[in-house]
Amino acid sequence: MMIKTLGVHIRGFVRESVMTPIFMILEVIMEMLIPILMAMMIDNGINGDSENKMGYILMIGGLMIICAALALFSGAMGAIYGAKASAGFARNLRQAMFERIQTFSFANIDKYSTAGLVTRMTTDVTNLQNAYQMILRICFRAPVTLIVATTMTMIINLRLASVYLIAVSFLSVILVFVLKKTRRYFTQVFEKYDELNASVQENVSSIRVVKAFVREDYENKKFNRAANNLYRLFVRAEKMIVSVSPVMMLTMYASIIAISWFGANMIVGGDLTTGELTSMLTYCMNILMSLMMLAFIFVMITMSLASAKRIEGVLNEQSTLTNPENPDFEVKDGSIDFENVYFSYNETAEKPVLNNISLSIKSGETIGIIGGTGSSKTSLVNLIGRLYDVTGGCVRVGGKDVRTYDLETLRDEVSVVLQKNVLFSGTIYDNLRWGNENATEEECRRACELACADEFISAFPDGYNTKIEQGGTNVSGGQKQRICIARALLKKPKILILDDSTSAVDTATDARIRKAFANEIPNTTKIIISQRISSVENADRIIVMDDGCISGVGTHEELVKSNAIYSEIYAAQTGGSGDFDRKGEA
Amino acid sequence: MAKPMGRDKTKPLPKVENPMKTLKRLLAIIFKKYKFHMLVVMLTIFAGVFANVQGTLFIQTLIDDYITPMIGQPNPDFTPLLLAIARVAAFYLFGAAATYAQARIMIYVTQGTMRDLRIQIFNHMESLPIKYFDTHPHGDIMSVYTNDVDTLRQMVSQSMVQLFSSAITIVSVTASMFVLSVPLTLLTIAIVFVMMFVTKTLASKSGKYFLAQQTDLGKENGYIEEMMNGQKVVKVFNHEKKSVEEFRELNEKLFDSSYNANKFANILMPVNARLGDVGYVICAIVGSALAIFGVTGLTLGKLVSFLSFNKNFTTPINQVSQQFNSIVMALAGAERIFNLLDEKSEEDNGYVTLVNAERKNGKLTETEERTGLWAWKHVHQATGEVEYKELRGALVMDDVDFGYSDDKMVLHNIDIYAEPGQKIAFVGSTGAGKTTITNLINRFYDIQDGKIRYDGININKIKKSDLRRSLGIVLQDTHLFTDTIMENIRYGRLDATDDEVIAAAKLANADSFIRKLPDGYNTVIKGDGGNLSQGQRQMLAIARAAVADPPALILDEATSSIDTRTEKMVQESMDKLMKGRTTFVIAHRLSTVKNSDCIMVLEHGRVIERGTHDQLLEQKGKYYQLYTGKTA
Repeated sequence: MMIKTLGVHIRGFVRESVMTPIFMILEVIMEMLIPILMAMMIDNGINGDSENKMGYILMIGGLMIICAALALFSGAMGAIYGAKASAGFARNLRQAMFERIQTFSFANIDKYSTAGLVTRMTTDVTNLQNAYQMILRICFRAPVTLIVATTMTMIINLRLASVYLIAVSFLSVILVFVLKKTRRYFTQVFEKYDELNASVQENVSSIRVVKAFVREDYENKKFNRAANNLYRLFVRAEKMIVSVSPVMMLTMYASIIAISWFGANMIVGGDLTTGELTSMLTYCMNILMSLMMLAFIFVMITMSLASAKRIEGVLNEQSTLTNPENPDFEVKDGSIDFENVYFSYNETAEKPVLNNISLSIKSGETIGIIGGTGSSKTSLVNLIGRLYDVTGGCVRVGGKDVRTYDLETLRDEVSVVLQKNVLFSGTIYDNLRWGNENATEEECRRACELACADEFISAFPDGYNTKIEQGGTNVSGGQKQRICIARALLKKPKILILDDSTSAVDTATDARIRKAFANEIPNTTKIIISQRISSVENADRIIVMDDGCISGVGTHEELVKSNAIYSEIYAAQTGGSGDFDRKGEA
Repeated sequence: MAKPMGRDKTKPLPKVENPMKTLKRLLAIIFKKYKFHMLVVMLTIFAGVFANVQGTLFIQTLIDDYITPMIGQPNPDFTPLLLAIARVAAFYLFGAAATYAQARIMIYVTQGTMRDLRIQIFNHMESLPIKYFDTHPHGDIMSVYTNDVDTLRQMVSQSMVQLFSSAITIVSVTASMFVLSVPLTLLTIAIVFVMMFVTKTLASKSGKYFLAQQTDLGKENGYIEEMMNGQKVVKVFNHEKKSVEEFRELNEKLFDSSYNANKFANILMPVNARLGDVGYVICAIVGSALAIFGVTGLTLGKLVSFLSFNKNFTTPINQVSQQFNSIVMALAGAERIFNLLDEKSEEDNGYVTLVNAERKNGKLTETEERTGLWAWKHVHQATGEVEYKELRGALVMDDVDFGYSDDKMVLHNIDIYAEPGQKIAFVGSTGAGKTTITNLINRFYDIQDGKIRYDGININKIKKSDLRRSLGIVLQDTHLFTDTIMENIRYGRLDATDDEVIAAAKLANADSFIRKLPDGYNTVIKGDGGNLSQGQRQMLAIARAAVADPPALILDEATSSIDTRTEKMVQESMDKLMKGRTTFVIAHRLSTVKNSDCIMVLEHGRVIERGTHDQLLEQKGKYYQLYTGKTA
């Protein structure tokens, strides 16, 4: 399953992925010829009794250089192809993950943290890139060495070769056993290791809390415990790995001794030449080295398995929202209907977040929504643009169930200014054009005027070409919110939703924005969530949310009289603007 | 054998400021704790090399000395061979045992050193002043744990041992080669120089691309981070296709540099190995010529031995050149670790401590139990006399100047008089210095000039931990820990019972939403509470401060994300809790500060107005302006 998910991403680099092992195998074969030639040079050349010693040595030397050159060529080609195949694999994985994440719904996004996704796309992919390169370059080499060397020994002398067969099968059994265990141990190690780093991260970002509560010792103790735990796990895992080496060495030595002894007997008996014995001993080394290589690769792969799993998780994550099969591409108007809507983020939650909501909003109406923290105001409006799907009931926009529309069409017509909003690095123009790629400068300016953003943008030395830094850190909260509103306006939506989008804007400017909306875009349905009475009191109707239910709907005057929650909020906020220090930013 | 977590090939070789000093310090750390271990390891390395040499010698002499004499003999005597085999078997056993012992010991040394360093770094980090965290990117601090400690692993566990054994091998082989033939040895050394030169050239080439790869990776990282952060905005604006295209461009660049970097790094190995082969051939040919023509006294027998040494010579050199990278990486990591360890800890010269107290016959006495009554225990340094002074919460700032750096003051001549039990509020625009003042009260930062007194005691004399314990604090950004909600609240006071925790949650109005969560109080918060709303997190932070039951409280925009209605309920309970305790409040919402005993209006680091709500309105100054939106 995992191999299939990840395997398709070598596409475009199949040739490289095939050529790498082929070249690596060629290299191995050349490499294995070299010791034979070396032996020949010594036995028949230097120690030989031919007439033309020098000539023979030069000939063998020449052959060796040719072999070395071929080995170099295939080694280098293998290196280049291997680098390309693995870098390409990594590129494809990153691209695929990024594209997959773009299909995520809000519910999918909620599942992952930003940091988690970044790690998956960087560190984890790099791990796999390295592992893939290893596999291509060494994984084939080692078994081929093993096979070639074993074959060669069998050709030289079948009876002596049986020594290897016994040694290799013995070692394989041990290796498989140990590696299985190691794999389990290392999985545990890495889990603990991640946890440890996560807790460090927490301590770094929450250092003020730690210090304010004088919890340094407590955190130290916690960390020391975790570090010791990790140490124990690491030691256990590594001990397991280390235990392989004496077994390996002893087997190798035992083989050498056995071959020496039996070989000597055979030479004396005339069944074997001395040169053959030398080659046998060289192959002995080759075989055992390749076994060790295999073991090493196995450990490497085991360790990148955790990364592979995390990447696979993202790639296999199915969007919880899908486009309907024959979608509607037109939204008739900005009317909204909620019919017995139930909603919860989590199927197992005891209590739904929205509980049997029914509500009708006419096209062009201005609706205010107010209510306590956690009263589900945001959840309610998120259903309109189908950012989440209802759990029960149905939401209709322009008279049709939102689930029948093409998602892109729907979201173009339902423009949400999110509570947790973001600007991206780039100029103000760039940011505004998120709303409409082809917006002219004039249109951008117009939208900004409506959102009362033009006044401060024009005052910037670079005006609309001012660069916004990552996360919009170089504009104030209130300015950011106004640019975000302008950006949403550029979509020319039929429904505009402001989710607490003017909380950092001072009251007077807030009022001006609302006035501009009323005058300039009267046909757009406007939904305004706010904690401020002043932001909603002039709305056509105000919805008071309480604990996932609608507690009251009506005009400001009606609600002040009839709704306890509303009148309470009103009482709490009267007497002043309710907002202080942001004033200076207007 | 295996080396899990090898060098991360995606990183360029970093610069090390002071390699020798760093290396010395690192070795000192290892050798100090593991002196005995390292001694044994060195012995085992010697033993290993020795056994290995014996093994090689055995194979070399096997044919000539033991087998050839037996060929053609009617009754060959196998005894010498048997004896030789027995001897070499003993050496092999000895060598294997030594290698195993060495590997086992090195696990303890490596992992032990890493653990010790981790603990040392963490414990030291916890002792660093807030300033350190404010002035260093958190990513850099994290990287010390995640990257730098890890790079040490390979160096300690492999490179050190390898270098040592390679050095022994190289020295002994060189010596033997010189004995056999001086000209051939010089020839071999010349070839090694060629290998080193090639290594250097290729390494610098790949280094260049590794650097490019690092830059590209950084750019791509930044883009991913930005997009993942704004993923919901991307969805809302149907911007998916466009961001995929932008990403593709960055991704192609990264592919290119990564491919090239790895290409050159990969080529190094085969090139060096083949150069070694070529060197072997050259030596063989030159040696044969020398032997055949009888120059320099080289015999054929000596040549054969020489050639086997030649092979034994280039192998360790290849190994060393491969270890070189990991050593440079490790030293760069070690240097960053040491930089962190060398940061100065928060200084604390305070000697006045905070103790539980009870009143007996009108006199304050110290007690173990939590009485709700606190006293400052002041041991006079001159006389050793102990004085108890009730903690009342009077806080005075007298002409305080402060700047985060000495050349730029952000607070000027601040005077504050908070009577016990008063609620003092700070208002003013962003950047006026409100949060800075609270940073001074709990001594996250120390003032440049002036005095701060707590119940008449200069806060510099109070032990920092006790000062902070006396002040409950709820910060603007709520930070929660990966643990259950129960434990997160209990963080305020570790010995609080479950009931006390729940009572605190109720007080902060958090109980009802906590109970709605799938596991209630046992719900595990992950990733700094990302699954809770900002307002809910603030409520948890308030509960955490409430369970601490502190004598005084600092609320820095503690309710800014809680809606007014809920805030009102929280506020009421907080007011109850804070009755009789000094409270400092920073808020931009009027309802939060209106009922304060004294409101300070700050502007550009100065207090420009002070008084009660009504007094300030009467003054028709800045406060009036902020409050009514009118200019007087």
